[in-house]
Amino acid sequence: MPSPSPTRKRLGFSAERRAELGLGAVAVGVLAFVVAMLVTVAVKAWPSFAHNGYYEWFSPGGDVGVQLKAIINSPADPAHYVYHLRAWPLIWDTLLTTAVAVICGLALSLLSAIFIVEFAPAAVRRVLEPVVRLLAAVPSVIFGLIGILVVVPWINEHLISQGRKQSVAEVVQLNGAGLLVASAILTVMITPIMVAITVNALAAVPRSWTEGSAALGVNRWRTMWRVSVRAARPAIVAGAVLATARALGEAIMLAMVGGSRAFAPNLLDGITALYEPVRPLAATIITYKDNLSVVPMSQTLYAMAAVVLVSTAGLSLAAWAVKQPLKRYGIRI
Amino acid sequence: MASAPQLAAPAPLAPPSGRRARGQDSISSWPLMDRAGYVACWAAGLLLCALAAVIVGVMLVKGISYLRPSLLVQSPKPSPGQSGSGGFLDPIEGTLLLTAIGIALAAPTGVAVAVWLAEYRRPVGLARAVESGVEMIAGVPSVVLAFFGLLMFARPALAFLSQTSAGGAVYGRSFFAAGAMMSLLALPLVVAATREGLTQIPAQMREASYALGKTRATTIRRVLLPSIRPSIASGATLGMGRIIGDTAIVVILLGSSLRLEGAGGAPVLSTLRGTGGTLTSYVFENSPAGEGNAPQKAYAAAFVLLMMVLALNMAVARLSRGRR
Repeated sequence: MPSPSPTRKRLGFSAERRAELGLGAVAVGVLAFVVAMLVTVAVKAWPSFAHNGYYEWFSPGGDVGVQLKAIINSPADPAHYVYHLRAWPLIWDTLLTTAVAVICGLALSLLSAIFIVEFAPAAVRRVLEPVVRLLAAVPSVIFGLIGILVVVPWINEHLISQGRKQSVAEVVQLNGAGLLVASAILTVMITPIMVAITVNALAAVPRSWTEGSAALGVNRWRTMWRVSVRAARPAIVAGAVLATARALGEAIMLAMVGGSRAFAPNLLDGITALYEPVRPLAATIITYKDNLSVVPMSQTLYAMAAVVLVSTAGLSLAAWAVKQPLKRYGIRI
Repeated sequence: MASAPQLAAPAPLAPPSGRRARGQDSISSWPLMDRAGYVACWAAGLLLCALAAVIVGVMLVKGISYLRPSLLVQSPKPSPGQSGSGGFLDPIEGTLLLTAIGIALAAPTGVAVAVWLAEYRRPVGLARAVESGVEMIAGVPSVVLAFFGLLMFARPALAFLSQTSAGGAVYGRSFFAAGAMMSLLALPLVVAATREGLTQIPAQMREASYALGKTRATTIRRVLLPSIRPSIASGATLGMGRIIGDTAIVVILLGSSLRLEGAGGAPVLSTLRGTGGTLTSYVFENSPAGEGNAPQKAYAAAFVLLMMVLALNMAVARLSRGRR
């Protein structure tokens, strides 16, 4: 904190005060915006939850596509609006894609962060750092485009056998777009976030700790794994939480490569489940964006947005709380 | 900053070559598990490089083979075939316009919030609340921001920022609305970069200014802000990258129309109140997932989009190198 100016009182206290109040007002405005967003979206979403019941809204039952179609076609009379929705397949798809992507991304990002900080030769590191920045900057629509035009056809031709397609033909059609592509591309999208945070934290581990470990004859891998990674654990957790929030909110890419059907992949199908279509909450919102003029449908979509908003806001707060102790060590992420 | 991975140059924990020269730690003497970890690290690093190479390679090959100079200067036309659907001049204009609006709103707001958080920070409880609020905005998916924007700008009080139908319903979709929501994508990045810059200013600079009889407000305006200009610029550039790359807000809040459709009235104002599209929405609508289904046009537009993002990326790298 800067020491207050000694001459503040004599030289224009009022201008000084005005500046502080003005800047403070902008900051409070940002806070008010967050509160307004939470409240407005919740109010708009209320009818969908109220008509279905909170537990029922999240529970399984029936085909979501059929239910959404009934909501879109509901009569114009407000007394006869249709709200029936059992959103479990959408939530299951969200959980599944996010979990797969975060677990794979965590392993990939941890290893590559260790590589960048400790093992990479200087020349490789000079390439790898811009590469991570680049991967973080590629727009999701480009990931989606490559996914739908390159990866999906390739998987359809080379990985899914005809027998596999026929084995589930009565339930769902496999065309390559599905859980595997969606979570693989999602992994690539969230890994750079985790790499950046983990690299900063690993590089900020006090050198005396790792030198002490090396002096005891511990090799470089064990020093990294047992000392640095453990010291950086809060940052790694914070990175994973932020990446989870990002994965939950990804809409465009998942709408493009998830296969356009709200289907809950059955994990008991084994490998086949990897090729079954998914459509998480955020992607569903994008898919039905043109139906916002129908009142019950818009309320249903706002209910989905509210679920995404509350979970990502909670995750952001959690990450913020996890990061607080790190500031004491001078690690800023 | 979560949404903007920006790698600080990691200091190597110890010069590896020196250690190896002393013969204390050669990898061939490690236990098998440790060697496996070492190999996995190399594999992970090379995998990231390979993924980036594949993405850039695919876009280069497809983009260059489908991009014609005429595409850049023709307006898009609705057409069933790929040959007759024109170029993407309007989406490029839309991208530039939307980015300009977004960053024009985000930069002053972000700098103000960051200065208040770093220099004033009173009352402390409020400052912490604002801090977590900014963090929450950084985590809110753009699809939700777009939905909230739709609610906000469809209010009759804000009708002058978009179009009103004959029945009195406010459309709520316009460049104003989309730009305002886009600014929230950039805001956390500007705040983080500015705060980072302010905390790195040595205390002597503030003290010297106070010693010359300057007030705190003058010190901020005349001493602190000019000296962190590169930080603010790199935060704003990162924010522009986020805005250019976002699709959900454009699709929901800008109407995602092919051309820039003005809302009538004064020339510039009508465009700002009207709907339009950007390169991202053009790519989305022309991909097999959208309505147009013209993959060649989508590739060409995505190539232009990627080049813009890469240029911004390089600008950020240059700005942060200059800062060190």
